[in-house]
Amino acid sequence: MVTGQFARKMGAVFAAVLASAPALAFAQEVPKGHPMAGQLHLQEPVTPIMDSIVAFHNGPLMWTISLIVLFVLALLVICMVRFNAKANPVPARFTHNTLIEVIWTVVPIVVLIIIAIPSFGVLSDQMTVPDGQRKYLGSNIFSFGEVDVPAPGLTLKISGEQWYWNYEYVDQGVAFDSNILSEDQRHELKPNQPRLLAVDNELIVPVDTTVRVQVTSSPSGVIHAFAVPSFGVKMDAVPGRLNETWFNVRETGIYYGQCSELCGKDHAFMPIAVRVVTADEFEAFIAAFKESRDYQTAAAALPAFN
Amino acid sequence: MTDTAHLEAHATGHDAHAHHEPTGWRRWVYSTNHKDIGVMYLVFSIVAGIIGGLLSGVMRMELQEPGIQIFHGLAAMVYGVDGATALDAGKQLYNVFTTAHALIMVFFVVMPATMGGFANYFAPLMVGAPDTAFPRINNIAFWLLPPALLLLLMSLFFEGTAGTTGFGGGWTIYPPLATTGHPGPSLDFVILSIHIAGVSSILGAINLITTVLNMRAPGMTLHKMPLFAWSVLVTAFMLLLALPVLAGAITMLLTDRNFGTSFFKPEEGGDPVLFQHLFWFFGHPEVYIMILPGFGIVSHVVSTFSRKPVFGYMAMAYAMVAIAFVGFVVWAHHMYTTGLSLDVQRYFAAATMVIAVPTGVKIFSWIATMWGGSISFRTPMLWAIGFIFLFTVGGVTGVVLANAGADRALHDTYYVVAHFHYVLSLGAVFSIFAAWYYWYPKMFGYMYNEFLGKLHFWIMFIGVNLIFFPQHFLGLSGMPRRYIDYPDAFAMWNRVSSIGYYVTFVAMVIFFYATWEASRKKRPAGDNPWGDGATTLEWTLSSPPPFHQFTTLPKIESTNAH
Repeated sequence: MVTGQFARKMGAVFAAVLASAPALAFAQEVPKGHPMAGQLHLQEPVTPIMDSIVAFHNGPLMWTISLIVLFVLALLVICMVRFNAKANPVPARFTHNTLIEVIWTVVPIVVLIIIAIPSFGVLSDQMTVPDGQRKYLGSNIFSFGEVDVPAPGLTLKISGEQWYWNYEYVDQGVAFDSNILSEDQRHELKPNQPRLLAVDNELIVPVDTTVRVQVTSSPSGVIHAFAVPSFGVKMDAVPGRLNETWFNVRETGIYYGQCSELCGKDHAFMPIAVRVVTADEFEAFIAAFKESRDYQTAAAALPAFN
Repeated sequence: MTDTAHLEAHATGHDAHAHHEPTGWRRWVYSTNHKDIGVMYLVFSIVAGIIGGLLSGVMRMELQEPGIQIFHGLAAMVYGVDGATALDAGKQLYNVFTTAHALIMVFFVVMPATMGGFANYFAPLMVGAPDTAFPRINNIAFWLLPPALLLLLMSLFFEGTAGTTGFGGGWTIYPPLATTGHPGPSLDFVILSIHIAGVSSILGAINLITTVLNMRAPGMTLHKMPLFAWSVLVTAFMLLLALPVLAGAITMLLTDRNFGTSFFKPEEGGDPVLFQHLFWFFGHPEVYIMILPGFGIVSHVVSTFSRKPVFGYMAMAYAMVAIAFVGFVVWAHHMYTTGLSLDVQRYFAAATMVIAVPTGVKIFSWIATMWGGSISFRTPMLWAIGFIFLFTVGGVTGVVLANAGADRALHDTYYVVAHFHYVLSLGAVFSIFAAWYYWYPKMFGYMYNEFLGKLHFWIMFIGVNLIFFPQHFLGLSGMPRRYIDYPDAFAMWNRVSSIGYYVTFVAMVIFFYATWEASRKKRPAGDNPWGDGATTLEWTLSSPPPFHQFTTLPKIESTNAH
C-alpha cells in the first residue's frame, strides 16, 4: 500500500505542476470518475471490485515487481562494478551451483503462489454476480470476504454500436442511445465535463444498488468493450453473445469510461458516462422515462448536474 | 572420402575455387548460400524497419498533443477530401498506420532479423555445418518475403472501408471488424501477405530444424550445441506448430469475406471469438518466437564479454524448451475480457504465471554468467546488459497482466502497449542490436566504431525508455490503446512519450551513420576480435567466413562440454 500512496503523492505533485496549464486545470476538480492530469496510478475506486483491484495491484503486485526489478538492477550493478575487466582481470570458470539454481527456481514459485491467492479471489469476485449471501473482498484482499453486496436490483443491457452506446433498462422496457458531444455541443451544454468523455445522454443508475450488466453488440456490428475504470469493469461487447458483469457504486457522481476494443474509425469517440444518483432520484427518473418514453424529458427531472 | 587432399585444399584456400562462386546479381538472387541469404534477410529487415519505424513516428507526432493534428491533413492530401470527410478518413488512416506498423515490425523486421538473418548466418556456423540442409528452400524462403511485404504495402492503397484505403483493424485482424467492418479488398492483400510470409517462415523453420538436427559437426551432441543454435531449434519448432494455425484462421477469414462461409459470422451461427482463440493460439507463441533467438544471442554475448562460460547451460537450454512448451497453452490470457468463464480465466492466469519461472531462470543465469567474470563493456555487451534489465521490466509487467483480476483494469490500455514494447521493442530489438555489433566484424570483416556503437546504445536506451515507461502511467490511469485522440488528462505522458521517439530517431540515425562509417573505414577485424571469451565455431573462421566453410568438418572434443 505504501507504493500506492507514494504513487498517489507523485501524481498529486505532477498534477500541481500542471495546474498552471489552463486546459488541464479542470482535471483536478473532479477527483473521481476520470483521470487526473499526469496521473501515475489506477483511477480512484468507487466499487468493491475496483477496491480489490487497486489493493491487489498497489499491494502484492507493485511490491513484487518493484523489488524484482530493483534486485536484478542491483545484481547487474554489482557485476559491473566488481567483475569488470579492471577490477577482476582473471575470470572465474564456474558454470554450476546447484543450490543457487534450486533457490532461483523455487523462490519465484513461492512468490507466484503468494500472488495467486489474492489474484484468484479478486478474479472470482469480478466474475460472480452477487446473490445477496456471498461476501466480497473489497480492499482487504487477503480476507475471506467481508463486504456485503446485495443481489442485483437493476438489470441493464448495454449494446455497442458504431460508434455509440445503447443502454436498455431491461425490466422497465426503456432504452436510449448515448453519443459523444461534439466540442461545440459540449461548450454549450456541459462545459464542465471533460473533452472526449462528455456524452449527450448519460447512463443513469442508482447508488448502492447492484446493477447486473449484460453486454453485447449490434448483431451486424463489430466488437466493442464496455469499460469504466473507476468501477473495475471491462467487458467485451461481442455480436451474437451476451456477456454478463456487474457493479455496485457507493458514491453518487459521474464516472467516465471509453470503448476498449478497436471498433473502427470512431473507436476513440464513443465514451461511456455513468451518472450515479440517489435511489429516490433514480425512481423519479425511471418513472418519468417510462411515462414519456423520452430520455431527455426524464433526465430533466433530475437535479441539475452541470 | 578418398580424395582428402582435395578437401583439405578447399578448407584452407577458399580463394582457390572461385569458379564455384557466383558474382554480381546472380550471387544474391540465385543464392543458395546461407551467409548471403542471411545478409539479405538483415538488409530486408532494416528496410522494413525503416518503414515500420517511420509509421510509428507519425503516430507519436499525432499523439504528442491532445486533438487531431496530423491525420486529417494527411487524409486530405491522400484522398483529396476536406472538412468532416477528411477528419473521418484521418481517423481511419490512424488505425491503418497502427495496423501496418505492427504487422511490419512483427513479420518483416523482428522475424527476418532473428530467424532469417542471424539464424541463417550463424546457426550453421555454430553447429559446424557447411551450409543449411536445404539451400534452395532457403532461397525461396527469403524470396517469398519481398512479395509478402509488397502485398502488405499494396494493401495500404486498396479500399478498406468505404472511401478509405488500407486495413485499420489492428494486427490482430479480429472479425467482424475484419469482415463486415472492412468490406474492401485491402484486407485480402493483408491475408495474402501473411500467408506468404508464413510459408516463408515455415520453409525457413524446416530448413533450420533439419540443419540443426542432422548437420552438426562430429562430436557436437545436442547437449554441447551452442545456446543460440538451441534457441533457433526451439523457435523453429514453434514456428512450425504455430503458423499453420494462423494460416487456417486467416483462410477461414478469407472465405468468410469472399466465399460465403460463416465461421466467424454471428448472424449465420458463427462466432467471432473463435477467431480470437485461433489467432492467439498462434499469436502467443509468436511473441516467444520473436524473443527466443534473442535469448540465445544474449547468452553468447554475455559469456564472451565476461570471458566465462555460460552459467547453467542445461537449465538455459531447457528453460527455452519449457517457455516454448508453456507458451502454447496460455493463449487466452489475451482474451480475459471476451467473456471467458471464471474457471477458464483461472486456468489461463495460473498457466501464464508459470512462464515467469523459466524466464527467471534465464535472467538469473545470465547474471550468474557475469558473476565472477572479467567483463569488458564493448558495445554488444552494453546491448546485452540493457536487454537483461529491460526484459526484466517487461517481464514483471507481464506477471501483472497475467492476473486476470488485475488485467480487468489494464486490458487494452497503454499498460499493455508499454509491456509488449518492453519485451519486443526493447527486448527483442536490443538483442538484435547486440547480435549486430557482436557479429558485424564476423559478417563483414570490419570493425565498427566503438564510440559510435556506444553512443547509439546510450541514446537509444534513453529514448526507448522515455517512449515506453510513461505509457505504464497512461495505462494505469485508463488510456485505451489504438486511440487517435485522448482526454486532456493524458496529455503530459503522451508528450514525454513522443519526445522519447525523437530521441530514439536520433539513435537510429547514429546507427546508420555507424554502419556507413564502418563500411567506409574498413578497419580489418581479424578472425576473432573478442578474445578468448568467444568460443563458438564461427570465431575459428576468417572474417568474413569463406564462401563455403567447413569443407573438412570440425571435430568437437569431448572436453569442450559446457
